Amino acid sequence: MGGLKPWTALEPGGVVVRDDAVQPVTGGWRTGLRPEADLSLCVDCLLCWLYCPDSAVKLDGAAFAGFDLDHCKGCELCAAVCPTGSIRMVRDGD
Amino acid sequence: MSRLKTLVREEHGVPPLRGGHSLCQGCGIPMVVRTVLDSIEGPKVVVSATGCLEVATTRFPTTAWNVPWLHLAFENAAAGASGVEAAYRALRRRDGLPQDDELTIVAFAGDGGTYDIGLQALSGALERRHRFVFVCYDNEAYMNTGIQRSGATPFGAATTTSPAGSAVLGKMQQRKDLTAIAAAHGIPYAAQSAAGPHWQDLSVKAARAAKADGPAFLNVLADCPLGWGHEARVSPSIVGGAVESCFWPLYEIDDGRWRLTYEPAEKQPVEPWLREQKRFAHLFQPGAEDVLDEIQRRVDADWERLVERCGGPA
Amino acid sequence: MATDLARARLLTGGEAMVEAMRQIDPDVVPVYPITPQTPIIQGYAKAIADGRAHGEMINVESEHSAMSAAIAAAAAGARTMTATSSQGLALMAEVVYIAASMRAPVVMALGNRALSGPINIHCDHSDSMLIRDSGAIQLFAESAQEAYDLTVLAPRLAEHPDVLLPVIVCVDGFTITHSAEPVELVADEQVRAFVGEYRIPHPLLDIANPTTQGPFAMPDYYYELRRQQAAAIEGSLAWFEEIAAELQELTGRRCGAVETYRLDGAKRALVCLGSTAGTAKDVVDELRDAGEEVGLLRICSYRPFPADEIRTALADVDDAIVLDRADSPGGGPPLAVEVGYAAGPVRSHVYGLGGRDLHPADLRDVFAGTAGHYVGLRSEPCPA
Repeated sequence: MGGLKPWTALEPGGVVVRDDAVQPVTGGWRTGLRPEADLSLCVDCLLCWLYCPDSAVKLDGAAFAGFDLDHCKGCELCAAVCPTGSIRMVRDGD
Repeated sequence: MSRLKTLVREEHGVPPLRGGHSLCQGCGIPMVVRTVLDSIEGPKVVVSATGCLEVATTRFPTTAWNVPWLHLAFENAAAGASGVEAAYRALRRRDGLPQDDELTIVAFAGDGGTYDIGLQALSGALERRHRFVFVCYDNEAYMNTGIQRSGATPFGAATTTSPAGSAVLGKMQQRKDLTAIAAAHGIPYAAQSAAGPHWQDLSVKAARAAKADGPAFLNVLADCPLGWGHEARVSPSIVGGAVESCFWPLYEIDDGRWRLTYEPAEKQPVEPWLREQKRFAHLFQPGAEDVLDEIQRRVDADWERLVERCGGPA
Repeated sequence: MATDLARARLLTGGEAMVEAMRQIDPDVVPVYPITPQTPIIQGYAKAIADGRAHGEMINVESEHSAMSAAIAAAAAGARTMTATSSQGLALMAEVVYIAASMRAPVVMALGNRALSGPINIHCDHSDSMLIRDSGAIQLFAESAQEAYDLTVLAPRLAEHPDVLLPVIVCVDGFTITHSAEPVELVADEQVRAFVGEYRIPHPLLDIANPTTQGPFAMPDYYYELRRQQAAAIEGSLAWFEEIAAELQELTGRRCGAVETYRLDGAKRALVCLGSTAGTAKDVVDELRDAGEEVGLLRICSYRPFPADEIRTALADVDDAIVLDRADSPGGGPPLAVEVGYAAGPVRSHVYGLGGRDLHPADLRDVFAGTAGHYVGLRSEPCPA
């Protein structure tokens, strides 16, 4: 995110135009673990995609395509609901 | 196509709620929001009450919303939705909209903004028959302000304004049956549902709600790891446990006809489910047996009455 | 502000505002009844029922919801109007602030009525004073004619791209709302042409360009958002004058932030809001005829407060006497404090609370300096 804008540069009413908004990075909320998927086990059930509170499961069409680590908070729900054991939590930074 | 893939398709690659918000790790609300919105075809406009969802997703100048979104105050999500709906009708009539698509207005409010301070506006909007879907994400307390009790807080639960201590064992009032209150307005569709392992139930109901010719109301259980006192990763089993014990039955009232949409294969006792949550931990100290018994008794009585109302067991 | 009696109709202020509303033909009108604004919403409802107005009228379940629905409709892209008084305004006060901060150009008729308690349905200005810090524009009409003129003008002012604020047209409860006076109307098509199309920068219902409206702000941005809002209401005064000049071409009558009445050479002047100015003008005429150098300054735009215009108008007045139809217990009456802040020390009186009539004799006493601070207050028993 850039610096703070002066009062003269704000949309009237504090309206936020979606296309102009820059989202904060919340990946820093993780406390040491991140999710990792073993693609050989993944069946593209997409449950992780639906369960993720941070919309941090990426898709390619209807196929699993990785995690958005800029926004994953490490809640482990994806690992908990993965039916094939494909998703495990591993040490962040590995 | 599988239902889940239908939801994926409805997003068109753009989730209605994206990451970068400050909802807690493992918060139960986003799954409710995305399941509901992705189960409704076509463009959606969201009106939110003040609460966790609103505060955490719209810190100026950011936004986690990829759909048009409006917030006014705490008690008036339904009034806001009424205004948007009236404007939509008026503008459509005089061809004053930039697009032709039929859009669905969805209001989201927590239990605070629905059961308590939001009840008046909700009741008015339902009575006036505005065409919109009102979704209560019910996590059974005022979570955003620090876990205070609401009219949705279950009997015996500890919150910061109904704490458990040596003299009082948590909230001593039974919670409101808001789904029945909403249904009593005679609206075309009202339902009780949950996300987590019951996301399909919610998805079907959200689609039905959006097609109702008039107001629709969804009361959706959303767990709060912080407020309920459990680890985020066991959320699916917590939500599941609420349903399996019939603490939170899943049913709908479709044009006045009551129907169970899920019956546990075997109704579970409620105590193991209570044990999994710190908000009920005080009930497992000596002296709280009466409260535990009352909780089970009431769950049983409510379930029996609901089954009868729904025309007997499936 | 001359009304051509030959072309006028006899209308109450409420009826006149209904005519204006009908001619403006807003898209959405969320309303809740409260005396004395009810003739306005009832008259508008009848116009809808007879097909003479075409908006979506929503009979909401409280005033709080009326203003909430109004903001939502305005943000959605619909021209929106509503009406309230007294307790209704108090109940929706939270949302009036929100309307202003969200820059929702809602137009509202306010039938000025005393705030409880005790509960009282008659005129005073305490309701307007309650929301003076809300950021909403407040224009006070003197008469049924001006009630009509200001209502026609209001959408143009509210919707001006540099303004985008709620505009409240304040009309004394019963005195204006329910009293019949000659009112000259502008033709329907002229009003339509004058108010034009409703346009806002970011309609919520523009699906292709999603926006988030009504955000949460931390200390790093709240202050700046509020400053921006203040700039809009400050700047609106100039737009009011410009739009009033344009309206004058249609009506022959000029609305303005202030109205001066026989202030030239006046050594003493009354300052007031609303219909009391009518009584005051009569007393000024009477005293002038008797050789006294007196005049009147009527404030029409209360918010934004026209400090410069007031200071200029009172520059040569030795004795400015501000009449407040509201009180601030424990502090100075609101209008007196504000006029004093703008133009130097003033004399102050409170009058007319809860609909107590103000008589010409009272104003003669005020000019003479023999009236008590609370004009017309009964301090001794008096036969019924």
